[in-house]
Amino acid sequence: MTEVLLGALLFVLVAAFVLVPLRRERSQGGEDPRIAELESRKEAKYREIRDTELDHAAGKLDDEDFRRQDAELRRDAVAILNQLDEVKGEDAG
Amino acid sequence: MDPQRKRKIRLVVALGAAVLLAGALVYTSFSAATEAKEPSQLLNAAPGKSYDLTGKVVDGSVRHQGETIRFRVADRDNPSASIPVTYTGTVPDPFRAGREIVLTGSVRKGTFIGQRDTLITKCPSKFTEQHQS
Amino acid sequence: MIELGRAALVLALLTAIYAGIAALIGRNGDRRWVDSSRRAVYALCALLTVCVLVIEAAFLRNDFSFQLVADHSSTTTPFYYRLTSMWSSQAGSLLLWAWVLSIASSAVLFATRNRLRELVPYATAVLMGVGGFFVALAVFASNPFEQLSPAPLEGAGLNPLLRHPAMLMHPPMLYSGYVFFTVPFAFAIAALITRRLDASWIRITRRFALIAWTFLSIGIVLGASWSYSELGWGGYWAWDPVENASLMPWLMGTAFLHSIMVQEKRGMLKVWNVTLIVGTFSLALLGTFLVRSGVLQSIHAFGASTVGAPILVLIAVVLIGSTALIVSRLDDLRSEKRIDSLFSRESIFLVNNFLLVALCAVIFWGTMFPLISELFTGDKASLAAPWFDRYTTPLAILLVLFTGIGPLLAWRRVTWESARRVFVAPAAAALAVGVGTAVLFDTGRRPWALLLFAFSAFALTALAQEIWRGGAARRALSGGSIPGAMLAVAARNRRRYGGYVVHAGIAVLLIGVAASSSFQTNREVNLRPGDSTTVDGYKVDYKRPTVSVDNERIAFGSVLDVSKDSQRFTIHPTRGYFRPPSCPPQRLISCYFDGESTSEVGLRRGLRRDFWTAVQPSIGPVLRNARGADRKFQLLARGRMRLAAASPNPQAITQQAALLQDVRGLAIRKIANGYLRDTPPAVFHVIVNPLVTWMWIGAVVALGGALIAVWPAPGARRRRVTSLQAARLSHQPSRAPWRARA
Repeated sequence: MTEVLLGALLFVLVAAFVLVPLRRERSQGGEDPRIAELESRKEAKYREIRDTELDHAAGKLDDEDFRRQDAELRRDAVAILNQLDEVKGEDAG
Repeated sequence: MDPQRKRKIRLVVALGAAVLLAGALVYTSFSAATEAKEPSQLLNAAPGKSYDLTGKVVDGSVRHQGETIRFRVADRDNPSASIPVTYTGTVPDPFRAGREIVLTGSVRKGTFIGQRDTLITKCPSKFTEQHQS
Repeated sequence: MIELGRAALVLALLTAIYAGIAALIGRNGDRRWVDSSRRAVYALCALLTVCVLVIEAAFLRNDFSFQLVADHSSTTTPFYYRLTSMWSSQAGSLLLWAWVLSIASSAVLFATRNRLRELVPYATAVLMGVGGFFVALAVFASNPFEQLSPAPLEGAGLNPLLRHPAMLMHPPMLYSGYVFFTVPFAFAIAALITRRLDASWIRITRRFALIAWTFLSIGIVLGASWSYSELGWGGYWAWDPVENASLMPWLMGTAFLHSIMVQEKRGMLKVWNVTLIVGTFSLALLGTFLVRSGVLQSIHAFGASTVGAPILVLIAVVLIGSTALIVSRLDDLRSEKRIDSLFSRESIFLVNNFLLVALCAVIFWGTMFPLISELFTGDKASLAAPWFDRYTTPLAILLVLFTGIGPLLAWRRVTWESARRVFVAPAAAALAVGVGTAVLFDTGRRPWALLLFAFSAFALTALAQEIWRGGAARRALSGGSIPGAMLAVAARNRRRYGGYVVHAGIAVLLIGVAASSSFQTNREVNLRPGDSTTVDGYKVDYKRPTVSVDNERIAFGSVLDVSKDSQRFTIHPTRGYFRPPSCPPQRLISCYFDGESTSEVGLRRGLRRDFWTAVQPSIGPVLRNARGADRKFQLLARGRMRLAAASPNPQAITQQAALLQDVRGLAIRKIANGYLRDTPPAVFHVIVNPLVTWMWIGAVVALGGALIAVWPAPGARRRRVTSLQAARLSHQPSRAPWRARA
């Protein structure tokens, strides 16, 4: 008997908590998910740039190789930044 | 060299190494493994041939005689099929009546003589099931 | 209380099912359903927490109406062991699995609440599929809330062998390791289903994989240290199936952690990465299965276990489903780039991956061999440690070498000139150590160990040089002291430097393994009190025997004086005999020796070598006396009970029983003390183990490194806001002429 009562009580609690979002209007809401995604890709690219700089400074990477790779990485980074600006502009406008 | 071909060569080398390793594993494992036998399979075993005896230590059969211990080991599922065992050497902590063991040795005059320090008791992570019985 | 637990558990199952379904309903972008499913996951976590708390409370209150408590605890079980005996049972450990998974799922869903909207619904469904499976096992197959009525007065107690500090945390660490690998697995599946196969699923779950790896490592090390100091055989690793079961996912998980870096950096190895994570997760399930089903001990034990078959089905579903999914997505899994040069960090990573997976395959084959051979030859044959060593030793040695080479190379390609620069010092160190140890310690008689020492020296020097060069480069830019600069670089590159520290720890650990397994002295000596002997230069004096008797156990010990040169210490190896929970009436006294017996090893740790002893007392004479006492005691008991039954006093039986209990206690004490008067020779197992302490030190260092790598970089958020880097990028027009915007 207590089991059923306790179960019912817990059930009501859980249901109340879980079903809250379903009573909302259907909406997209919140930050554009693409922004978070691009931000994380940007971070990853920056980390790569730092890594390459470190490798170069530590003497593992030739000047010429470093210049080529660094340029490529920065090109990628700029592309990501441009995308970010675009997405943010869309959202604002 | 054209890169397509280079990649193919690399792939072949990697796969070759894998196949070699696999072959060696299969070959050595079948030749290195000692046959594991339960007591009932040992009753007419060839004398002098080395086996891994596996089974359960019979309740109340363990006798200590100085460094040597004597006990009986029975089939896992058939407690009536058992063989006397003598063993000298390190005894792992979990060893006791009712526990499953593995012991390398050979049969002499109906008794299984264990090689020194080859007694293995099955790992205690399994204890829970035996606990309940 | 038990009702609360049962209700929460059933509700947890419903919640998990709901969470999975709601996530799938919301897969096409209806945020309401996805939000609701995320809340359901939080609720699942809360419900399972209630279950765990109910069980813990029952253990602490000694509530033996819980079958779980009655079977695994007792009033005499010490506090901390009562707190942790939940997971010494099957039902308890399945609940632990589900609980930890609910925590991990909540954490990852919280972290991704605004991200990866395509992936999250599918990942939630996978997580809840696995979580629901384990909750269902707990509900239907192995319920932790089984009730005993009437409740017994005393429980069976925790197995004495498991009473060791390492055992408090060993099982939950292993399980947490297994469980946390579910998170990257779930996101990999989600990425495959949605064809979003860039590195975003890796970026999100990388930290979870690293946490899983750390937990698994802690669990493995704790298990080894328990084996070393509790099991009385003096080793830390025996290639036991249960140990192997935890090492296999560790190895494959290690391979995964490395190869995902290649995908993050270069967009390569996509198929390989999803394959590795599927393999790691399957091996984690297999580990749970091997431990819980007992299939390797005997095919027949398998039938007796209620959870073996369902877990096996789950593994099959995971393997078949994932393989089908990967094959159907092969087109999307094409690499974005190719390996430029064989002489680059990514190809060294590939080699290391190959070695790790090969190690894993060897161990898998050896562990499963009893089943394989039974299948093919009809005979169950097993493989012993030498077979494992034959393969794992060379593979591990190569692994150490490549671990040393990897960090020295840059990504993509390396010119000979720069390679020569960075290879000189490590190679010289390897040569020096190789020659040095061969001359000083005659390591040449164990060539594998010699190679390992040399390669470890290579790896350690390479790492030191890396850290040094990084610091020096930083100082050239921004000044300061070298150590300060090294710390600054490390703080900015936690992943890389954390990884370096892990590598250094593993190299030190393997040095300890190689030295202690190749150069240990292992002797068994038979000594009477007053005798002495010499083992590897240590003079061992057996001073006197000791006996201690308490409610739970009889312990026969010894006092050993050990001396070597100016070093002198006393150790007390002891063997304890634990009273079994019940005794047959005709052997009420001698049965004391039928229960578990455990060694308390006498261990003197040292940085150079450990002195390890365990004692195996001859208890023959004591047992003979005990058997004599059995007969007398039985006669006495029968007489007394007959008298009591005839007596009109209704209390007589209880009084007599209490009296007999006292007599029994006295008799046992007297017989045990007989061991002091007439002490038979005892067998002492003595091991002199060189450098074994470095194994534990290496493990701790490696774990510290893992923590460094897991810890979030404090600057990451701030940089995102200030966009300092962004500004810098745009201010370098010469390098970025294609940036058209102002």
